[in-house]
Amino acid sequence: MDTQGYLDMELLRFTTAGSVDDGKSTLIGRLLYDSKSIFEDQLDAVKASSEKKGLQHVDLSLLTDGLRAEREQGITIDVAYRYFATPKRKFIIADTPGHIQYTRNMITGASTANLALILIDARKGVIEQTCRHSFIASLLRIPHLIVCVNKMDLVDYSEEVYNRIVAEYKKFAATLDVKDIEFVPISALHGDNVVDRSTNMDWFKGSPLLNTLENVHIGSDWNHEDARFPVQYVIRPHTDEYHDYRGYAGRIAGGIFKPGDEIVALPSGLTSKIKSIATLDGALEEAFAPMSVSITLEDEIDISRGDMIVKKENPPESTQDVDAMLCWLNNKSPQPGAKYFLKHTSNDARAVIKEINYKVDINTLNKLEEDKSVKMNDIFHARLRTTKALFKDSYKHNRITGSLILIDEGTNETVAAGMIQ
Amino acid sequence: MKSYQLSHLKELEAESIFVIREVAAQFEKPALLFSGGKDSIVCFHLARKAFFPANIPFPLVHVDTGHNFEETLVYRDNLAKKYGAQLIIGSVQESIDSGRVTEEKGYNASRNVLQTVTLLDTIEKYKFDACIGGARRDEEKARAKERFFSHRDEFGQWDPKNQRPELWNIFNGKKHIGEHFRVFPISNWTEMDVWQYILHEKIEMPSLYFTHERECFVRDGVIYAHANVIPLKPTEKVEKMQVRFRTIGDISCTGAILSTANSVEEIVEEVAATRVTERGSRIDDRRSEAAMEDRKKSGYF
Repeated sequence: MDTQGYLDMELLRFTTAGSVDDGKSTLIGRLLYDSKSIFEDQLDAVKASSEKKGLQHVDLSLLTDGLRAEREQGITIDVAYRYFATPKRKFIIADTPGHIQYTRNMITGASTANLALILIDARKGVIEQTCRHSFIASLLRIPHLIVCVNKMDLVDYSEEVYNRIVAEYKKFAATLDVKDIEFVPISALHGDNVVDRSTNMDWFKGSPLLNTLENVHIGSDWNHEDARFPVQYVIRPHTDEYHDYRGYAGRIAGGIFKPGDEIVALPSGLTSKIKSIATLDGALEEAFAPMSVSITLEDEIDISRGDMIVKKENPPESTQDVDAMLCWLNNKSPQPGAKYFLKHTSNDARAVIKEINYKVDINTLNKLEEDKSVKMNDIFHARLRTTKALFKDSYKHNRITGSLILIDEGTNETVAAGMIQ
Repeated sequence: MKSYQLSHLKELEAESIFVIREVAAQFEKPALLFSGGKDSIVCFHLARKAFFPANIPFPLVHVDTGHNFEETLVYRDNLAKKYGAQLIIGSVQESIDSGRVTEEKGYNASRNVLQTVTLLDTIEKYKFDACIGGARRDEEKARAKERFFSHRDEFGQWDPKNQRPELWNIFNGKKHIGEHFRVFPISNWTEMDVWQYILHEKIEMPSLYFTHERECFVRDGVIYAHANVIPLKPTEKVEKMQVRFRTIGDISCTGAILSTANSVEEIVEEVAATRVTERGSRIDDRRSEAAMEDRKKSGYF
């Protein structure tokens, strides 16, 4: 493999959600198999397991079930991550189960994705589950959706069926906030329009799925406008060579930073200039999301973990009152007045859920203003009050500075994921 | 117009450095588990980048099975010396001598399972609350379900059905006394990524990864290094072979591959062409379909 080519490849993270029968595992198996990402010993193991189960064909879905309980019960319990690459891009698949009780897994998989694959069974058209997956993708602000109308072989590769489903989906999607939606008719089982163009659907003028995955423009998925640098760790070498060195280490969450830039440190509000952007490989002329760097300043000001270095223009809002869409991830429902640990970028606080405004029916997207009893997998709009100010953006503008989690103070479990409004 | 787009290796590097810094920030007594294999070498390199120009603020921990390749130990000691890293060694031999574990018997005896006890004892002795490891999700199907921050209970156990959800890059390292975390910064890297990165960063590698002539024998289709810790069956013949190792564990559970790859470039080409997973030559994974899951549940790395 060409090394320079390899170094130039981009990374695309995508998520798939689906239930047992819609062919999701077969599609992933097909992508891995046709892109030659499955090794012989893995395939041998899957063949042996398929025979053991008395199946006539090689069940590619067995490739994706990692835990003993999953293989025994034939279900996917948890998010599994898969990897494959083409000469153009490396792909990370967050493969999540699609049942309603697994909303929390879908949200987990969606949280880091650039793109979501939505699978529709051509025989069934747009169903409740399609809406649920699409809604979660839009809620988590996944910038790109590809709707795969699967099992086209079972509807005689009919253009009419496909067009009807596309129209049906577009009508529904008008209520969602997703800009980029592509459609492709496929048969995961037979490989039509997955990697290779199908000869059974000459009427389809678009690209096969893999081609679309390789070419979706992801360069503008990060926020490069609003400068945000959450300080993660302070580097103090205490050596003779670097006696007074004080580097603020972190991962850029937005914007572009350059030496000489005037900055403001939050919460102190103190100002300074960037002296250098240091890495082991040498100083950088500029740095942008999602790079991990360390920044030194011209002036010695007091900055520690949880603080944020920003610029004067477009600072984030500092507030203790946070409105957010929350997804509840835990068996134990939120108790009125209960306090939680809150994590937001590198900042820690405590928070109380002041008010639950409404729940969302994730199948119809209707607001439920009467029923405010929250259970696991529920999505609801709430107001939080925090013990100290968060430096926040809306999730819409920045997925890093606009997201938070809540942690139960007794069990230490992560109980909620929050998208700040 | 200028493109503000990182290449995939740079993005993976940035993610890993973020995770490593998060460990230093969230835990009181972290450590880096160092086996001398390529993945832990890459983790060490990333940790150097994470804290530059300071030294890595935690020690390296090596669980020495007593069945290690000599080359691994030499490499380990040189690395620690060169970069001024503190090295802590947990000894499986000591665990055996003190009666904490019982050595397996027979031709296929391995100390791989025993090292879990030594690892947990070492964690307890030094009160480590987070151990960074070089495991990758693409290695093995149980590992595909692993979190970056993997919670372990007071018995060091992994409960795969009850893992904490891990959203965005917000890592929850909260724990009760006696519990600890395993943290896997290169979760999202593949074997190819690791080698391409080693090539690009010009990281010095142990000689075992490159082709060499070695006395070997074949058992169940696996090429073993001939060593006095693996008793030969009467029918097994030792012969000189041109081999290298694709993974490095202890002698009794690491298979060699026939190869003439003499440089990182050649290894990259070989990895690109290979049709078998790297753990295919790991005897420890061949014990059963859920071998890795079972070991991980009981506290294995």
